[in-house]
Amino acid sequence: MENVIEMKKAHRLLARMDYELGKVDKGYTNRTLYINLSDNTIKSKPVTEQMKEIFIGGRGFGLWYLWNAITEKTKWNDPENEIIISTGPIGGITQYPGAGKSLVVTLSPTTGSVIDSNVGGYFGPLLKFAGWDALEIQGKAEKDVIIYIDGNNGYVTIEEAPLEAVDSHLAAEQFTAMYADSEEDKRNVAVVSAGRGAENTLIGMLNFSFFDVKRGVPRLKQAGRGGVGTVFRDKKIKALVVKYTGVKGDTNGPADKQKIINAALKIHKEIHDLDKVQNRMREVGTAHLTEIMNDYDLLPVMNFQYGSHPDAVKLSSDIFKEKYFTQGLPDGCWYGCSMACAKAVDNFELKTGPYKGQKVCVDAAEYETIAGIGANCGIFDPEYVVEANFYCDTYGLDSISTGTLMAFIMECYERGIINKEITGGLELKFGNKEAALELIHQMGNGYGFGKIAGQGVRRMKKIFVEEYGADPDFINDIGMEVKGLECSQYVSKESLAQQGGYAMANKGPQHDEAWLIFMDMVNKQIPTFEDKAQALFYFPLFRTWFGLNGLCKLPWNDIEPADNGLTDEPAKVPEHVRNYVDIFNGVTGKNITEEELILQSERVYNFQRIFNLRMGYGTRKYDIPPYRFLGPVTKEEYESRMERYDNQLKELGYEIEGKTVEEKIRMLREYREDQYQKLCDAVYKRRGWTQDGVPTLETVKRLGIDFPDVVELISKYQ
Amino acid sequence: MIKVNKEDMEYQEGMTIEDVLRRKKYTFRMITVIVNGKVVPKDQYATYRIKDGDNVDVLHIMSGG
Repeated sequence: MENVIEMKKAHRLLARMDYELGKVDKGYTNRTLYINLSDNTIKSKPVTEQMKEIFIGGRGFGLWYLWNAITEKTKWNDPENEIIISTGPIGGITQYPGAGKSLVVTLSPTTGSVIDSNVGGYFGPLLKFAGWDALEIQGKAEKDVIIYIDGNNGYVTIEEAPLEAVDSHLAAEQFTAMYADSEEDKRNVAVVSAGRGAENTLIGMLNFSFFDVKRGVPRLKQAGRGGVGTVFRDKKIKALVVKYTGVKGDTNGPADKQKIINAALKIHKEIHDLDKVQNRMREVGTAHLTEIMNDYDLLPVMNFQYGSHPDAVKLSSDIFKEKYFTQGLPDGCWYGCSMACAKAVDNFELKTGPYKGQKVCVDAAEYETIAGIGANCGIFDPEYVVEANFYCDTYGLDSISTGTLMAFIMECYERGIINKEITGGLELKFGNKEAALELIHQMGNGYGFGKIAGQGVRRMKKIFVEEYGADPDFINDIGMEVKGLECSQYVSKESLAQQGGYAMANKGPQHDEAWLIFMDMVNKQIPTFEDKAQALFYFPLFRTWFGLNGLCKLPWNDIEPADNGLTDEPAKVPEHVRNYVDIFNGVTGKNITEEELILQSERVYNFQRIFNLRMGYGTRKYDIPPYRFLGPVTKEEYESRMERYDNQLKELGYEIEGKTVEEKIRMLREYREDQYQKLCDAVYKRRGWTQDGVPTLETVKRLGIDFPDVVELISKYQ
Repeated sequence: MIKVNKEDMEYQEGMTIEDVLRRKKYTFRMITVIVNGKVVPKDQYATYRIKDGDNVDVLHIMSGG
């Protein structure tokens, strides 16, 4: 690419650090890379045994570094805020599926507190193999810069990079071509980039690339949640590039490789034999969830008002498989992942926006995106979904937040809270795909109503109340965010456990902490508050562990052994839990048990809860969701499940004969809000927290996170 | 009357597990069906006859997200 040579010539070197190449020893390089963009410092920091013991890696390392970098007054756009990227000790193994994840930690623009986001692509593992367990970036550059890490020649540079694109599909392509010595070498380059939308909104995300050898293009996986891309662009980072040639089966330096291989052999066979009769991840990825969620009345439709829609069939995975997904190509986002669920649409001709008419490869479409920008906005057109998915990705917009905030806007529009004058002429009704795409372009480019939309649901609520006279109670009931983060795409109304799973989650309502709907609502396995509290103890901790180790959640329970149903606790997939213990021990040479695995997570999870407290949140009142998480807000919602709600009220002893729908909504609300509070009581107790949701001194001592500043902070809340 | 995941369902003469799944709209594939405490192999869903009064649990593995 000739223009890449010109682009590289325009770079201006700001700083360079040469370093001795490291070797990964039992999953760690034992050092991390610190960069300050305000004064162009580049330095190496040691990883202490205490860090490994308490924080493990990945999200844990990110939380620890951020804790030490900021004060309780730090805002997301202050120079001292950091972006930390780290995989974890297991991250980078190639024997077990789903072992190449990176964790991004920063202070969020939308929540004001700490956020973590889990992402595929090659960056985290290649960073480690280049010699660094984590990359910690502080400060702000004056002009657009890149950070380049050469893991074979041992140097790191900060360079001004004025000419390359900001939008991710181009940035990934340009930087990959720029730093690869040949076409074959492109697989050794990984790029992190955002997009123009990350500059113009608070919901910016980061794209992590991996080079798809068969398609000949860099693919993009997203660290989507909480505005990590917005922080990235605020620091004027155009891209992070790492290059490492020589990934092999033992590059991660495992203590006992055979132990890992033994665990891996069985799951690869399971995936090979059973995926086709289970979730079909290899065929359609997470898109299979669309029809499942629709069938179980869990698919968010029209701003989470409803759980299904007759037209949802138009967004089913078979439609994507037949018309869009390219089949028969390796779709793993890290080496050795036989689950290979990262589906792509090749040669998609764009119909709108700055790249109109161009044919592109789109990493599409995942369930969350289909449900969010599709069904939740009342749009059941797969062609639109792929187009909107592409622009969300390349602009650097979180497609989950985009879907949820757009659905909120559409409901406000339909209910007359906002109108065409306010939206600048956009008729943002449910189902209007042209208006939806135009709003995405406005958000991406920072003009018109897109400037308001891009601030996210929480800030829009305030604007709609203060400037457009919206009823604050109603707006709060229907705006689907908790802690400032937009809700991911599941209807939680009929599952009390999932309401807690969402609203008590450390970062806000994201399903990667807990997805308990089947256990609770369908299987009815956890009927009591104590049962639900136990589930809300175990599962968020188990899922946290993936983020400490550089792992993907999907091979845990999106495939199961044939005899899993015969085990005592099939929801935990016990055989796979044992696999994770084995691969952790195989990598690190330690000898943890299943109980210690949970303990590892419990330390970090509680530390993150306390981090929220430090930033001014982290107590009970921040765990209370808008009412639509719990039940029907409007008459239409109640009527759509009239039989279910009427029966529930009768069973509870309410007299409903002759009552209006509005009266019944009030009764149901009174009951469900009370149930939710009781759930908080039970969960806090199980977790070893006070009734205000703060870890007790006893808990932090038991976990060994009783650092002086932690003790001082929580002592005020005991 | 039979119980399916703790809820009543009208019994119909000759109904199979497959019929129960269809009526409940249980389309998720990662399930284990347990009738009166005993796991029924997947290849018997089409032929296994439910009896009146049976207690059927259709255990959905979590998945999701």
